[in-house]
Amino acid sequence: MNFAMVVHGAPYSSEACLSALKFARAVLESGHSINRVFFYHDGVHTANSLIAPPQDEAPISEQWQEFGIGNNIELIACIASCLRRGVMDETEANRYEKSGSNLASGFTISGLGQLIDASISADRVVTFGV
Amino acid sequence: MSSILFVFSRPPHGSINAQEGLDALLMGSAFTTCSVLFVGDGLMQLVSGQSTDDLGTKNFSLSFGALKDYGVTGIACSEPDLVARGLNKDDFLIEVETLNAAGMQAFIRNHDKVLNF
Repeated sequence: MNFAMVVHGAPYSSEACLSALKFARAVLESGHSINRVFFYHDGVHTANSLIAPPQDEAPISEQWQEFGIGNNIELIACIASCLRRGVMDETEANRYEKSGSNLASGFTISGLGQLIDASISADRVVTFGV
Repeated sequence: MSSILFVFSRPPHGSINAQEGLDALLMGSAFTTCSVLFVGDGLMQLVSGQSTDDLGTKNFSLSFGALKDYGVTGIACSEPDLVARGLNKDDFLIEVETLNAAGMQAFIRNHDKVLNF
């Protein structure tokens, strides 16, 4: 079965972000597939490369990056949510004349159409953090 | 083409969830058949006469008036949640179908995908 995933919760603030990652791993381990993970609302904080958690806590963003890159799964962060919350790739940072970019590798900034497209084409959509 | 049901359950101005949910609904309606179901405190999003002047936030409730223009024709709310909040349909900005528990089950089942906000 092909899953689309939506993450609304920020790492550390919400348990949803880590639960989603564990679910995503379980989906692949069970022989299913994931067409896209769409980070929306506070979920886009996951794509912030400047997150530096204490050493005795799980590096959630890095684990998402490894998951996405290692399994070749699209991790899309909603552009409108990102801009409100200060998550930017180089293009957006230049466009808005900000001092730097902070989009973590493995993540792509794109629009809400990616959420709808993933929802339409998947067999199931699972949302975390509502 | 898959139909998508958007379920709105959050009050309008305490967080940005309601506003970003509406953004997703308007985008979704450009791609495929979309409907919306208001449950719980999500019903408060529909109350007419909202003003955010003193909050300093955007009064996105005005955008609900555009739903029909975007082709979103399935607009429903939970009747038990409506009654529990002392509201009635006349309090709303737009025309909304009220559904009891069985009606909501059927409404949800009538769509291929559900997105919660």
